[in-house]
Amino acid sequence: MIEVEGLAKRYGDTQALAGVDFSVSAGTLLGLLGPNGAGKTTAVRVLTTLAVPDSGRAMVAGIDVVRHPAQVRRRIGVAAQDATLDRLLTGRQNLVLVAELSGMGRQLARARATELLAQFELTDAADRVVNGYSGGMRRRLDVAASLMARPPVLFLDEPTTGLDPASRQRVWEAVRQLLAEGVTVLLTTQYLDEADALADRIVVIDRGRVVADGTPQDLKEASRGARLEVTLTAPSPDAVATVTPLVSGPVQVSDDGRRLGAGVDPVPGLATSIVRVLDRAGIAVDNVEVRQPSLDDVFFALTGGHLGDGIPNEAEHGRAAGHTMEGTRA
Amino acid sequence: MTTATWAAPAGAAPSPEPRTSIARRVRDVWAMTRRNLVHISREPTQLSDVTIQPVLFTALFVYIFGGGIPIPRGTYKDFVLAGMLALNLVTSTMGTGVGLSSDLHEGIIDRFRSLPMWRASVLVGRSLADLTTFFLCALIVGVTGLVVGWRPDAGLGAIVGGFALVLFFAYSLTWIAMCVGLNSKSPESAASIGFIVVFPLAFVSNAMIPTQHMPGWLQVVADWNPVSAVAAGARRLWGNPNPSATINAWPMQHPVLAAVAWSAFILVVAAPLAAWLFRRRTSE
Repeated sequence: MIEVEGLAKRYGDTQALAGVDFSVSAGTLLGLLGPNGAGKTTAVRVLTTLAVPDSGRAMVAGIDVVRHPAQVRRRIGVAAQDATLDRLLTGRQNLVLVAELSGMGRQLARARATELLAQFELTDAADRVVNGYSGGMRRRLDVAASLMARPPVLFLDEPTTGLDPASRQRVWEAVRQLLAEGVTVLLTTQYLDEADALADRIVVIDRGRVVADGTPQDLKEASRGARLEVTLTAPSPDAVATVTPLVSGPVQVSDDGRRLGAGVDPVPGLATSIVRVLDRAGIAVDNVEVRQPSLDDVFFALTGGHLGDGIPNEAEHGRAAGHTMEGTRA
Repeated sequence: MTTATWAAPAGAAPSPEPRTSIARRVRDVWAMTRRNLVHISREPTQLSDVTIQPVLFTALFVYIFGGGIPIPRGTYKDFVLAGMLALNLVTSTMGTGVGLSSDLHEGIIDRFRSLPMWRASVLVGRSLADLTTFFLCALIVGVTGLVVGWRPDAGLGAIVGGFALVLFFAYSLTWIAMCVGLNSKSPESAASIGFIVVFPLAFVSNAMIPTQHMPGWLQVVADWNPVSAVAAGARRLWGNPNPSATINAWPMQHPVLAAVAWSAFILVVAAPLAAWLFRRRTSE
């Protein structure tokens, strides 16, 4: 339903997309995952006909987005990262306007607006001006607007960023319902649990390139094995050599020399063995942890762990940052 | 036509881009016009330039300058009303550019661009919404004029024609204003550039004062200024004193024709230019 081949796009000095390939089968949800500036929004802007790629090909519903943008627009719904609403209209007026500009009749538009306002629990606020809406209400209204014309292909660019947990659940439920109805969805997110919960397939992109592509299960299995983390009481020059025989792969040492990390095969009694060898070498241990990989670990491993604090930066969602939003990270 | 079904028209063979039908364009324009009218109703203080300003200007000019400016074969208030209508409408037009510039800085423009709508309806809808405020302005100028003693001396058709002449000109100027808005980095700069365009246009003309007293070169500029043709045209249609009739310049001899020609010319040049600037501004 969505096919992307060798997509590249540069904004000034920033290579937002550097040859991206992925595809989304009809009726499934692809989670496009990546840190700020990875190129997620640029990919969505190209697929929704807002930006023209420098090279590569993108097809939506079998239609080339560059050659036939008007036909693509008839088949897509978009909820962009920075809410694209009219602040001076009411919630209801926004939805009706979007529907009418999609070619829907007035009556149908009004009925559909009422239905979606109820679904996103905005009925009470329906006839208030959007300017007075909270951030969560705006995002919900934006998602509702993208659904007005019942598009077969839906793009949700970080639809739950900045939402409270309850609003987030509401958006998730709506997305699941759409999938059940056969809609194809491309959803970008920085939240791994969101991708894990909703996606049939996950594509991880970083610095404009695809670094992983698979089902959530594939990605977790890609980093099979457990993770060992040891905290020493004091740095020791012998610690790495002492631990190495018990782990698989290289041992990473933190800057202060007190924390060691490594991939391990989670055999029974592993923690005991670690403590024992270190004790025998005269190295005191404060903490030992052996844990199963989470999707976070996979993600950090794949993107070189430069997600920062993992908390989306609200400031980057401002309209002013618009075109350069992706790729401005240090 | 969109039908209420999820069935994906997927894989539909891409045919050449169909042109948006006329009916669809009209509906898009109507939707955008209504949207802009809602904006106006939400921020009625923005309307001051078509409501309070015309009353103030008209009263000020009649009472302050009226006594000091002799008008051959007539009174200043009969002379100045056409000028007041032109002045107020011309200065209001730049708001159109400011509003468009604001739109371009909101996320809503991305929403419009991702919808299967006629793009130009963003521009046409805005110009039509602002045109309705111009009708309000014309009404207020007319009523204020009647209150202070302006009297047209013509049939109803000619009086309406005079108003239409000025309104048509103001409508054409909204397209220049939109070009300014599309070229401005911010609504503020659109406002200041608009002011620089509008101020000399309105004042270096016969709107407020006969051009006969201006220095020679300035008089030439004023006599060829479209605003002069518009004001003189309205004066002729309203049967009001029109001192410019004695000036030899072609637009002053044929002010109605000149005003229509100027307006049509501006529209024919500025509208496609605005559409082109809009496409350029919104592509990435």
